[in-house]
Amino acid sequence: MKYVDEFRDAQLIRQAAAEIRKLARRDRQYRLMEVCGGHTHAIYRFALADLLPDNIELVHGPGCPVCVLPMGRVDDGLSLTADPKVILTAFGDMMRVPGRSGSPLEHKARGADIRMVYSPLDALKLAQKNPDREVVFFAIGFETTAPSTALTLRQARALGVRNFSVFCNHVTIIPAIRAILDSPDMRVQAFIGPGHVSTVIGCRPYEFICRDYGKPLVTSGFEPLDVLQSIVMILRQLEAGTAKVENQYARVVPWEGNLPALKAMAEVFELRSYFEWRGLGFISQSALKLKDTYAEWDAERRFSMPGIRVTDPKAAQCGEVLKGVLKPHQCKLFGRQCTPEQPVGALMVSSEGACAAYYNYALRTTSAATV
Amino acid sequence: MCLAIPGQIVELPADQPHLAVVEVSGVRRRVNIDLVRQDGPLSISDWVLIHVGFAMSKISADHADEQMRLLTMLGEADQAKQELEGYQFS
Ligand code: SF4
Repeated sequence: MKYVDEFRDAQLIRQAAAEIRKLARRDRQYRLMEVCGGHTHAIYRFALADLLPDNIELVHGPGCPVCVLPMGRVDDGLSLTADPKVILTAFGDMMRVPGRSGSPLEHKARGADIRMVYSPLDALKLAQKNPDREVVFFAIGFETTAPSTALTLRQARALGVRNFSVFCNHVTIIPAIRAILDSPDMRVQAFIGPGHVSTVIGCRPYEFICRDYGKPLVTSGFEPLDVLQSIVMILRQLEAGTAKVENQYARVVPWEGNLPALKAMAEVFELRSYFEWRGLGFISQSALKLKDTYAEWDAERRFSMPGIRVTDPKAAQCGEVLKGVLKPHQCKLFGRQCTPEQPVGALMVSSEGACAAYYNYALRTTSAATV
Repeated sequence: MCLAIPGQIVELPADQPHLAVVEVSGVRRRVNIDLVRQDGPLSISDWVLIHVGFAMSKISADHADEQMRLLTMLGEADQAKQELEGYQFS
C-alpha cells in the first residue's frame, strides 16, 4: 500500500481495496482488461496492482494510439518528407515512434522538415503561414482525438486552405475490443472501459460486449479511487452473474456521448474496410479515412504513398504484450535493447504504453531481479 | 496523450464564438469550444477538460481540481502546461 497515503482519499481507497478483497472469490482467477492507455499509466504509477489480491490480474489493452500503429504507417508518413515542399507535423508522442529507418525525431535531426504540434489546429495555422509549402498533419488517436481532426478539416475547408492535408491514422476502439474478444488466446472476464473515448462515443456502443459475449464493462475515471471503484463494480456484476455496461465516470461521460463530436466525425470520416493494428493484425472497419468530399485534404490521395508494410523485429514481442498474453518484462528485448531512451517497439515510447509504464514504475518498485 | 487538461474559462471573445480563453496554471491560451456548446452557452469561470486544443467536456470545479492533482501525481502537470503554452493557432 505504498502510495495510498499520498492520496487525499486514502481512507476511501483502503475501503475500496478491502471491498475488492471481500468480493474476489479465492477459488477464482480474475483477468480484467483496462482498455485505455491512460488507465495503464495510472495503474502502474500508483502501483494499484499491489492493492489487489493475487488472483486479480489486470491485462493491459490496446488503447494507446501510438502503440497500435504499424511501423509501415510511420514510414509512409516519413516518406512524404522527401518532397522539399512538405512540412510534416505530428504530436509529441508520435515524434519518437520508431520507423524502419528511425523515428520522426531522428529524421528531423537528419534534416527532414518535421515539426511537433500540440493541436491539429496548429498544423492548419502553419499551412496558412506558409502558403508556398504543403503542410501534412500525421493524425493518430482514438475517438478522443478524431473529432479534433474532423473540426480542423472542417475549418480548413471553410477557410479554403488548400495546402493543408491529413495523413489519417485514426482508429476506433469498438472493433479492437471485438477482435480481442474473438481472439482464441485472450481470456478476459470483464473490461475497465476507457474514460475519454467514452465522453465522445458514450456507453451504448459497448452494449454488444455484455449482450453477445456476456462480459461486463465499466467505464472508469483515472484516479486511483476511480479504478478501484470500477473493479468493485465489475466484481459485483461477476458475483451476481450479470453483464451490463455501467458508468463509473458519469461526472464526465454522458451516456449518449458528445453529439457535436459524433456529427463532425460522421461528416468528415468514413470507415476503412480494414486497417492493420500492431499486434492485432488486420481488423475490418476499425479505422477512419477521409470521405470523398474531403479528398482534397487527404494526404493519401494528394501524394503518392508507398504503402509500406514492415514486420516487427523478430525478438520484439509487442503483439503478445499488446494482447496481454505476455507481461512487458517477459519480452526478450525489455530493458536491454528496448528502453524508453532507445525504444524498439512503440509500447516503450508513450507513457501510456505498457512497456514504458512498466519500465518507469514497476521496475522501481518490484525486484529488478525478476527482469 | 489521452489525459485531458482542466482549464478555466477567463474570456469569451465576442467576435470568435467558437473560441474561449482558458487558464491553466497561470498560462492563458485560446481553445476551440465547438464540442461543448450543445449544453447551453459557456460562462466565464466555467471549467472544461481540454484535449489537443479542444474543450471536450464541461466539468465541475471540484473535478477540475481532482484532474489537476491527478496530472501532478502522474508527473504530467508540467507537460500539460507546456502543451497549453504550445498552442499556436490563435
Ligand atoms: S520491450 Fe520493446 S520490443 Fe518488447 S514488447 Fe515492449 S516495446 Fe515491444
